[in-house]
Amino acid sequence: MATATFRIWRGEGEQSAYVDYPCEVEEGMVVLDAVHRIQATQANDMAVRWNCKAGKCGSCSAEINGMPKLMCMTRLNSLDLSKPVTIEPMKAFPHIKDLVTDVSWNYEVKKQIPPFHLRPPGADGTWRAYQKDVDRPQEFRKCIECFLCQDVCHVLRDHHMHEKFIGPRLLIHVAQMEMNPLDDGNRLEALKDEYNIGYCNITKCCTKVCPEGIHITDNAIIPLKERVVDEFYDPLHKLFKIFK
Amino acid sequence: MSTIDVPLKALKSPPPPQRPFGRTERPDLWWVQPLLVFLGLGAFVVYSTWAAFQGDFYRFGPYLSPMYSPVLLTTRPGWWPAFLPFSAALLILWAPGGFRVTCYYYRGAYYKAFWADPATCAVGEPRKSYWGERKWPLLLQNSHRYFLYLALLFLVLLAHDAWNSMWFMVNGVKQFQIHLGTIIMIVDPILLGGYTLGCHSLRHLVGGRRDVKGGARKKTYDCVTCLNGVHMRWAWFSLFWVMFTDIYVRLGAMGIWTHDWRLF
Amino acid sequence: MPGYETHEYDVLIVGAGGAGLRAAIEAAAAGVRVGVISKSLLGKAHTVMAEGGMAAALGHVDDRDNWRVHFADTMRGGYYLNNWRMAELHAKEAPDRVRELEQWGAIFDRTPDGRILQRNFGGHRYPRLAHVGDRTGLEIIRTLQDHAVQQSITFHMETTLLTLLNSGGRCVGGFGYERERGRYKLFLAKAVVLATGGIGRAFQITSNSWEYTGDGQALAFQAGAALRDVEFVQFHPTGMVWPPSVRGILVTEGVRGEGGVLRNNEGKRFLFDDVPENYRSSTADNAEEGWRYTQGDKSARRPPELLTRDHVARCIRREVRAGRGSPHGGVFLDIAWIKEKLPNSVEHIKKKLPSMYHQFKQLADLDITQQPMEVGPTTHYFMGGITVDGDTQMTGIDGLFAAGECAAGLHGANRLGGNSLSDLLVFGKRAGEHAAAYASNHAAVGASAVGDQIASAIQRGEAPFERGAQGENPYAIQHELQEMMQNLVGIVRTEDEMEQALGAIAGLRQRAAKVGIGGNREYNNGWHTALDLDNLLTVAELVTRAGKERRESRGGHFREDYPDKDAEWGKVNLELSRGPNGAIESRKIPVRPMPEDLLQAIEENK
Repeated sequence: MATATFRIWRGEGEQSAYVDYPCEVEEGMVVLDAVHRIQATQANDMAVRWNCKAGKCGSCSAEINGMPKLMCMTRLNSLDLSKPVTIEPMKAFPHIKDLVTDVSWNYEVKKQIPPFHLRPPGADGTWRAYQKDVDRPQEFRKCIECFLCQDVCHVLRDHHMHEKFIGPRLLIHVAQMEMNPLDDGNRLEALKDEYNIGYCNITKCCTKVCPEGIHITDNAIIPLKERVVDEFYDPLHKLFKIFK
Repeated sequence: MSTIDVPLKALKSPPPPQRPFGRTERPDLWWVQPLLVFLGLGAFVVYSTWAAFQGDFYRFGPYLSPMYSPVLLTTRPGWWPAFLPFSAALLILWAPGGFRVTCYYYRGAYYKAFWADPATCAVGEPRKSYWGERKWPLLLQNSHRYFLYLALLFLVLLAHDAWNSMWFMVNGVKQFQIHLGTIIMIVDPILLGGYTLGCHSLRHLVGGRRDVKGGARKKTYDCVTCLNGVHMRWAWFSLFWVMFTDIYVRLGAMGIWTHDWRLF
Repeated sequence: MPGYETHEYDVLIVGAGGAGLRAAIEAAAAGVRVGVISKSLLGKAHTVMAEGGMAAALGHVDDRDNWRVHFADTMRGGYYLNNWRMAELHAKEAPDRVRELEQWGAIFDRTPDGRILQRNFGGHRYPRLAHVGDRTGLEIIRTLQDHAVQQSITFHMETTLLTLLNSGGRCVGGFGYERERGRYKLFLAKAVVLATGGIGRAFQITSNSWEYTGDGQALAFQAGAALRDVEFVQFHPTGMVWPPSVRGILVTEGVRGEGGVLRNNEGKRFLFDDVPENYRSSTADNAEEGWRYTQGDKSARRPPELLTRDHVARCIRREVRAGRGSPHGGVFLDIAWIKEKLPNSVEHIKKKLPSMYHQFKQLADLDITQQPMEVGPTTHYFMGGITVDGDTQMTGIDGLFAAGECAAGLHGANRLGGNSLSDLLVFGKRAGEHAAAYASNHAAVGASAVGDQIASAIQRGEAPFERGAQGENPYAIQHELQEMMQNLVGIVRTEDEMEQALGAIAGLRQRAAKVGIGGNREYNNGWHTALDLDNLLTVAELVTRAGKERRESRGGHFREDYPDKDAEWGKVNLELSRGPNGAIESRKIPVRPMPEDLLQAIEENK
């Protein structure tokens, strides 16, 4: 059995620092296993948020060797264990303790977004929708709300524009409603003026870190940007609408 | 614009302070990719600027350099500004250039490689302030679809150039021949087609703007989506090929390259 | 003594999984003040893990389906120990609950004519499960969450109850702590709904997350409510077995629904050899027919892989014990074989089972479109729980309601796949509705009425810190309990082993009283583990006691020393409650006779 070193961010606020923990590692282990082992044997009071340990709930988000990842889905054999593996909390949100951050901002902002609004039924009194049309919003509904995309988005992470920009997770939340054939809500003006989709400069880091493999930028954000252009920036489109 | 800057929600307590430029825990060579993009795009910009100002050596036999097509004027008109050397390329190059500058792929790429905004994912940035694409002049990026309309037109023109490159003057008579240069001229609109037809704006226009798509619309949308999935690859290959085609034509026109082999 | 915050509601809901959220939505719709306590963040509850789908007789794929068939399937699956009233309400109301989700923004997979698609599942006669690929639970919890936050409901995320509060024979709230800063919180309410889920963490190999420590069951038991059917623990036949760190993670039954087959190491589909009598007429006797069934052929009978979970799990265990298992102690689940039948099998599998594909690819380096998976039983679901009234979901204690997995009755001795998601919604709604009605007719009590209960809860909360880091390690006790329960009260049980288990539980209880933890109350996982131990030990003891008492094998309860069903035991439910001296008391409650109409529904679907 081999031993690896895990350099874990411990503490609260100003008093936080890296602490190195040696830990025995076995075949097939993921980072969360190592963290649990350290917690059970060396650091009983270490704060870690986790639930399903199967990549389905999106609780155990952290930064492993500098990249935002789910601890439960990062296998140790994908890391270089000859050097210490750094594990830090997410950077785009207030730190609580050890590996845990306060992600409540995401929930509060989501609450401000106008929810799904059912369109009137079809002629037969039911709501029909076809697979070919729901494929698109279904991709966005795969989101497990791990907030890794929010963490890596430099608008939130580096520029702290939480009061102006909703971030990739909530943009795909808007997208799944805007592109749902059963929804007749309109969130385009809010997208432009309140959620400020224009702050996204398409660097695609959100797509890169998404553990669900959602094409956040190409399939959600850019199509939303195009819809905003239709509505507010395209003179031809406006002219066309007047004549229609 | 009445509701701009409505605050969404403040964080309850501040997040960790912004990290200094280049600061990251990533152990990999994260700077390699932005550097390659910087060098690649930089080389193209330098070469194409130089080539555009030459104003000469853009025809070689039946071949016309894509950087000069279509040739709108061959001689200096009276209204041409005195300080600017005359070149036919300057009349048209803004269109494909604008298409690429406003392209969603290139935007993300050059914001990273040239502005370090961010340099790459999860790496500290040099600046504190940030405007995004919300204000002038970057609001102009929203004109991408207009450049797309032009790019589609250029696609037709370049396809026509490719057709022309198959007809060689032999003793005053046009004859169908395929030379190495012909192949190069044919590949050019194909790669540009792959790039242009995979454009995000086109994807929006042919179906993306609708939540419910009929059969034919859905098929078209799926085709564009398929190309769009590898938009980056088409962007680079087509960019490189345009430059290469110009070099080929230029060297031929200058008499440096004399082996435009005939294939049949 | 540390202070506490006070929050007052009309209805307090404990748990924010499917049942809790649905109850909250319903209670809020009645216009009462609703507070929800959630042990984790919103949207992370175990509901998220449900993969296959939600059973509801919509009849979209096979129009022969209706509530009577669903009712009969549920009763047969539960070996007729179910609360038939609940099974009836469940079968009747599930379709409305599905449609309602769609109207709140859920996007289910579609039939070619644009309606909600349904898939086959074990024990269900017709394709009945509304689903979204293999992530139905995520769709449901996200829909409920997004809908609930728009209602006037207050959420307390990452908050755990230490005790329920009683006054004048009524449940009047609860007392607990929040994780983030470790603050204590008092919740005063006119009615309380428990929706805390299962007890999977009492076992070593489980698909449940850390939260499922039997909180609701233990709290209700301590408060004096009765629990029933607790001997019935469902071991899902297909959990991952390799690598060791992912042992227990669920592999959806949907794999078998899509044509996946179980084989032993001789390459034999061993389930064909052992089909229970009451399913023989509805089970395929050859591979070809089974395949046709999974592809929607209405004339074909289901393959034996889609028999009930208890049966399949036991057969897998038997194969492994007999040395016919896979290299890591499971059997082979093969979906890759369908390439013989479908030219585009790789895309088909990825489309139908995307998260299974990724789960194996990422966690086990295995491509399920090319290779068979190794699977074995994993602790999955708790059929037993708090005894409730079928219509109102009220427990034996006034003002205390329970819904979802922590309540008992719907599933009897064994749950059919897909019936849990519909259970959550049907009975979550009912609990919310009746709790709101109850709250409207009852007055609140002040904190002074429960002062001593608060003081003792705080004392219990502080005790681990007083003993400090040199006390017993809470993680160690939890691990030992899990290992012991897995070995002695697992999928196959005997009198001796359960007797041994009771002794071990008593020993662990003594050690748990000495558990200590360092640090402070702020987000201290060790502290949470220490406080959950009481609940785990309580439910472990209940399961073992009931298991020892039921001397027969039925559904989720299999005894090696009594391997057959016993007709007498088929007529009673076991009910456990806390005696005056704190000891467990048990009673045999005869199953109530069924009305003629329901009997007929069972008869016509035999």
